[in-house]
Amino acid sequence: MGALRRALSRMYSFFRKPPLDADFEAEIASHIEIATAENIERGLTPLEARRQAMIRFGGIDLAKFQQREARGIMRVDILLQDFRYTVRSLSRDRGFTLIAILLLALGIGANIAVFSVVNNLLLRPLPFPNADRLVWIAPPPTKCGLSCATYSTDAYDEFRTYSRSYQDVTGYFAFSGPGNLDLNLGGAPIPATSIDVIANFFQVLGVQPAMGRLFRPEDGNNGAAPVIVISDAWWRRQFNADPNIVGKAFDMNGQQTTVIGVLPATFDFGAVFSPGAKVDALTPLNLYGPPRDYGNIITLIGRLKPGVTLGQAVPDAASAATHMCWNNKQPQSCRQYIGAVVPVPLKDYISGKLRRSLVVLWSAVGGVLLIACVNLSNLLLARAAARTKEFGMRTALGASRFRIVRQLLTESLVLSGAGAICGLALAAALIAWLRHQQALALPLLSLLHIDGAALGWTVLIAVVAAGLFGLLPGLRMATGNLQDALKDSGAGAGQSRKHERLRSILVVTEVALACVLLVGAGLLLRSFIQVLDVDLGFQPQHAAAVNVDYDDSVPNDKTGELSAARRGIIFQEVIRRVSAIPGVEAVGISDYLPLGQNRAWGLPWPKGVKQPENVNGSPLVYVITPGYLRAMGTGIRGRDLSWDDGPKSENVVLINRSFANFLDQYAHWPNHDAVGQMIGGGNQFVRIVGVTDDVHEESSEGEAGWQIYHSAMQNGPNGGQLVVRTTLPPAVLAGSVLRTLRDINPKQAMAEFRPIQSLVDHANSPRQFFMLLAASFAGLGLLLAAIGIYGVISYSVTQRTQEIGIRMALGATMSIVRLSVLAKTLRLAIIGIAVGAGVSLLVSRAIAALLFNTAPSDPITFAAMVLLIGAVALLAGYIPARRASRIDPMVALRNN
Amino acid sequence: MGESKLDLLQGTLDLMVLQTLAAMGAQHGYGIARRIEQASKDEILLNQGTIYASLVRLQQRGWIAASWGTSDNNRKAKFYSITRGGRKQLAKDADHWQRLSDVMGRLFDLSEEGGR
Repeated sequence: MGALRRALSRMYSFFRKPPLDADFEAEIASHIEIATAENIERGLTPLEARRQAMIRFGGIDLAKFQQREARGIMRVDILLQDFRYTVRSLSRDRGFTLIAILLLALGIGANIAVFSVVNNLLLRPLPFPNADRLVWIAPPPTKCGLSCATYSTDAYDEFRTYSRSYQDVTGYFAFSGPGNLDLNLGGAPIPATSIDVIANFFQVLGVQPAMGRLFRPEDGNNGAAPVIVISDAWWRRQFNADPNIVGKAFDMNGQQTTVIGVLPATFDFGAVFSPGAKVDALTPLNLYGPPRDYGNIITLIGRLKPGVTLGQAVPDAASAATHMCWNNKQPQSCRQYIGAVVPVPLKDYISGKLRRSLVVLWSAVGGVLLIACVNLSNLLLARAAARTKEFGMRTALGASRFRIVRQLLTESLVLSGAGAICGLALAAALIAWLRHQQALALPLLSLLHIDGAALGWTVLIAVVAAGLFGLLPGLRMATGNLQDALKDSGAGAGQSRKHERLRSILVVTEVALACVLLVGAGLLLRSFIQVLDVDLGFQPQHAAAVNVDYDDSVPNDKTGELSAARRGIIFQEVIRRVSAIPGVEAVGISDYLPLGQNRAWGLPWPKGVKQPENVNGSPLVYVITPGYLRAMGTGIRGRDLSWDDGPKSENVVLINRSFANFLDQYAHWPNHDAVGQMIGGGNQFVRIVGVTDDVHEESSEGEAGWQIYHSAMQNGPNGGQLVVRTTLPPAVLAGSVLRTLRDINPKQAMAEFRPIQSLVDHANSPRQFFMLLAASFAGLGLLLAAIGIYGVISYSVTQRTQEIGIRMALGATMSIVRLSVLAKTLRLAIIGIAVGAGVSLLVSRAIAALLFNTAPSDPITFAAMVLLIGAVALLAGYIPARRASRIDPMVALRNN
Repeated sequence: MGESKLDLLQGTLDLMVLQTLAAMGAQHGYGIARRIEQASKDEILLNQGTIYASLVRLQQRGWIAASWGTSDNNRKAKFYSITRGGRKQLAKDADHWQRLSDVMGRLFDLSEEGGR
């Protein structure tokens, strides 16, 4: 407290120097006056009295200096002096300053950007109040996609009743596809994406509306007036940020729907729960209406009661699971959630998978900064060598070593400060760009920004960097020999050799660091290439998908057969007309596409075979039309569905190879051939008419799971994605396909025409993102190391100009000189590479979990990276070598 | 002449100033300096200007307060007075000083005995 007061009053005095100085002058004047008056009283003449008073006072300037030192921050005064001097001397050496600041800006900028990403995903709490209380409740991952990660409405109700750990539990409908909301403002409907959430969704998350209100329980009841809450982004984009939007009603999916509220910009459903997809609006989920018995449709999110730990919530959830039934009317469906209700912190669910990648990235940028620092240390050493005389002079004039080191550290700080400011600008640009990469499937991306923590981090790394690169040259300078320094010939041979050794060590460090970065990035790059090489089970090139709007409703259709028949007619018409467009090769419709959403309907079992107890998983269900698999480029053995597989004929399916093989283990079909066999359950069986290639339905990297394809005329599809395979670039067809669809159905929305490749890119985007960043950092590291090598070799050539001149005069040829310089370069590079490769072997094992089909010690990667860095090193050394070989012996000898 | 006078130990001046203010009440800088000189019977070498650095230090620690006023013979001067915190500090320092000087005293007695 005392220290604080002192610091404050010192600070105060520092900024109020002139008035305080004046005050003290007045005080001195009054002192002298009073003393003089006393002396006069004692009988001295006025002149003598004043003289005596002055003598007794002592040196007025000394008193002022002492007083100023006591009251203010003398150190800051000196600092300012150092600072001014630094700025002067740096601006004299403009080339050096620019390079130094550039190096630092790159190093620090990359660090700030990555820190912001790390901070956003790992360090900062989720953008909800008391976000650490929020948990995601789901089963451990299984083989049936989203359907096994969700719960039925009955199960939700039971869980809410029987669990004791939660303030409340909410959830949302997990199966809404993009473009599921058609906004009709007159003209072609505008597609948007809306998610159904349980009415207490916002209360549980703790989200407040920016305008209007959010949902109330009654909004989700049967017969409630349709209401919608829109996102900040959609409000701005679609409704021009209309301040009076609340209360207005629009035609959405054919219903007058009232906008009751606008979400705050800080809440972006897509960013949190479905990275890379934009969600424009949220609508209340009617728990007691049509979706009641749709099966597993709800993802669960809970808010723990205060004081309840995750350790308590886990067993609580497990015991609640014993009360949960898939459907309360079917007693045999009870107990199926046992072991499948596990709460995990919401944050772990959202960003846990990325932790490892982020830490690797973080270390990589740290490495880049380290290289930049080593580089700068080298530059400063060279500069220091040139300034030996200046500092020798200052020492001779009485500057203490401390003062000189401080001067040098001030220079380092000024450089790193300027670098940090430029780096901050760089990072801000990078982050602004990143924030708008909507196709990138990274969570919370739209919330990315540089916050106080990032600024603090900037200051920290700037200071640490200044210490790192400034201390070594500083110490070296301060311990130099004063006499040597002042001697006219400058540094002696011994001094310069010592310098050179130090500089060589620094370069070797740089090369080694760059080597580690390169090998790491190389391994990630190779993994990425391996991922691209994966046979996905479909051909993403030359195909595109578009959402088809259709109306297959038939009044009084009890069995659904009429509507299925009508759907068949519509789909057949759509496919016939689209197929007629020139350039179209194959057309088909499926309700879900691979690498997107999915669902399962339970595990069908071969007819006449007893199902063992502990068989888990169920195939993902796709409801498709004939031609869809051909349009996707998925191979079929047996036959495709046909238009004759209608509501009145035998129910048929196709299943994929993995699933067929799995079933065959139990059924032992003749020739292990599933085609023609019956599968199902109870008394409902379907015939397998074909076996398809395995499709990667969740990610390129994971195992291909099980799939089952039903006919769109025998089962109800959940929407329709028209897939078009073409010989032309897919984008060319967008116009004509949409025109055709609108011809058939005027209510067709202006839906997006998405290349299938973009689905794959989207699924691969996190890996690609990390790979690209790691590669750019490694490239940056390589560039910095090359600059370092160039600097050192070039400097040593300059130092040895005379020596080289003598050698050439004695008959050394240009090529011998060049070779000797190159050999020196190569020696440094080889030591650096050897050290770097050794370290890489250790480091690569740490990132093994991030690799795909690539060994951590992958020889190709290692060889390629070693060659690359060796080549770059030679190039960096060649430029000075060429210069050395061009030295004119006469000129070299005449100088100095 | 200077050689026969006592050099001030670091920190002692601050204590002297505090004690002077505690004993005499509010004083201007010249008054404090004179008082210390008188009390030391001119044994202390004191450039009166030195006192001001000490005054600033004490002020920053909150042990004395300062304000402009007029002196007995009607001159404008800055007056210093001791604060409550200052009195506490004085008591502490005085005690410390006393103990130190006792120890020193005993040590010197010891060496004289040993020298005999």
